[in-house]
Amino acid sequence: MKILTFIQFDDSINNISLEALVGAQKLASDTGGSITAVTFSSDASKELINYDLAKILVADHPNLKDYNPLNFTSALAQIINSESPDIVFFGHTYEARDWLPRLSARLDRPLITDCIDCKNEHGVVLTRPLYQGKIYSDIKTDSGQILVAFQPGTFKIDNLINGTAPIENIEIDLSDSSSISNGEKFQESSGGVDLTTAETIVTIGRGIGKEENIPMVEELASKMGAQLGASRPIVDANWIDHSRQVGSSGQTVAPKVYFALGISGAIQHLVGMKGSKNIVAINKDENAPIFDVADYGVVGDIHEIIPKLIEKL
Amino acid sequence: MKICVLIKQVPNEDSPVVIGSDGISVNNENTTFTTNESDTYALEEALLLKEKHGGEVVVCSLGGDSASQVIKDSLAKGGDRGIMINDPHFENLPPLELAKVISKAIENEAFDLILSGTQSADAGYSQVGVLVAEMLKTTHSALVAEIEILNDTTIKVKRELEGGWFQWSELSLPASLSIQSGINKPRYATLKGIMGVKRKTVDTVSATELGIDSFETTSHVSSMYVPEKSNNVTYLEGSADDIADKLVDLFKNEFNI
Repeated sequence: MKILTFIQFDDSINNISLEALVGAQKLASDTGGSITAVTFSSDASKELINYDLAKILVADHPNLKDYNPLNFTSALAQIINSESPDIVFFGHTYEARDWLPRLSARLDRPLITDCIDCKNEHGVVLTRPLYQGKIYSDIKTDSGQILVAFQPGTFKIDNLINGTAPIENIEIDLSDSSSISNGEKFQESSGGVDLTTAETIVTIGRGIGKEENIPMVEELASKMGAQLGASRPIVDANWIDHSRQVGSSGQTVAPKVYFALGISGAIQHLVGMKGSKNIVAINKDENAPIFDVADYGVVGDIHEIIPKLIEKL
Repeated sequence: MKICVLIKQVPNEDSPVVIGSDGISVNNENTTFTTNESDTYALEEALLLKEKHGGEVVVCSLGGDSASQVIKDSLAKGGDRGIMINDPHFENLPPLELAKVISKAIENEAFDLILSGTQSADAGYSQVGVLVAEMLKTTHSALVAEIEILNDTTIKVKRELEGGWFQWSELSLPASLSIQSGINKPRYATLKGIMGVKRKTVDTVSATELGIDSFETTSHVSSMYVPEKSNNVTYLEGSADDIADKLVDLFKNEFNI
């Protein structure tokens, strides 16, 4: 099996890309396959030569230096057409979300996003969550010829196998694609809440129900000496300031105690908090994915438990 | 400005997800449905753009008979007309094929903007808006947090990147944008809006009318299952009062807070 892995380079190699490379090494060893790593940065190739790969393809074109979805699509489509790999691995970064569907349509190759496992069972079997993690589906591919993007944390970078890999430079033909042009990256000035240094965080999700219930959790957080955090839907509804959001589009936290109230645990939230030392979760749905990462769980109604808790603390 | 909004009908958040007897699909017999939340932000953005710049908002959905409800709801909020792609074969298509059907259905409309939500609450592939962009040769941007119309041919969008970073991007029209959740406050339908729905047109198209018979897909779902729970969770049980006692004990004595 011929596996190609795309390596995203930001200021350094993107970790989720490296994780995908671990997945590629695993699949290559299970199938007797070979791995080609592709990068648009010669800086990335300097690190990649230390890993066990068949080769590294570097397309170091000036128009690929900064991210542009049209240039990235065109360049990788050319490489995939000339290399004809069976399967192409990616890390499912926000950048990947922006351009991989375009590549999929350009090549007419299916793209399977948000994968959380890859097995070899008489063909490649990919696992991805549906319905926000309530169920999983296995997807089997008959002829390969697919693009696969893995969620953060699917594979562990520690498991990268070292070795040597030759570098090959590749010429890319890029026409003008000025119909999309990106400006500088910037951060919004936030309310200045730094959750990353908090020892205890009380976080609320959709289960809180309505805005009128926010003062109740504020009181709980204050009694516990904790910072208040929230999942994306609560911030989207404007019930709590964006600067308190935990998850892939907010802050990544690892406090001593993380108390999740009415949070189902969509992957975008879990990536931002699963490193916490002690996770306590209350949710009315016993199948909520938050219980996959919790140390202590309560299947119950936060609206009954929180007032009692405030009373007793 | 002629704007298309792609809207999907998905199961309600609280509706239990039941795996069908075939083990490879979801049984929706007892499911209640709603408009995919993330798409409601795309619709609101389209309505705001129309209010500011004029034009037309067309809502397009794909699904079985029940899905026409999401078009009606969108028209009640202010959409001008609907395109309903109705075919039972199309409901569970993978995103690449889904996008081919949608592209085919809207290609002759020459939309300036195609807006979609960032992710559906069911299969959640996060792909269709960008796939359609390539198929209809438009520019695109995913995870859009703000839209500014610069002139008849160019727009500026704020793209959300990871970890609280953003970037402004200039795009030529036509463009397909997938809209990040939370960027506006989706409106409710007014009584007047609801009453007005029946005067608005909804064109229903089928696979045959689009000239599509079937798709050959190289990948297929081989099984669906409820994920196994890790055994490391210690569950606290009892009445709300008992649980509160146990939590206080845990916080004070175990975690020393």
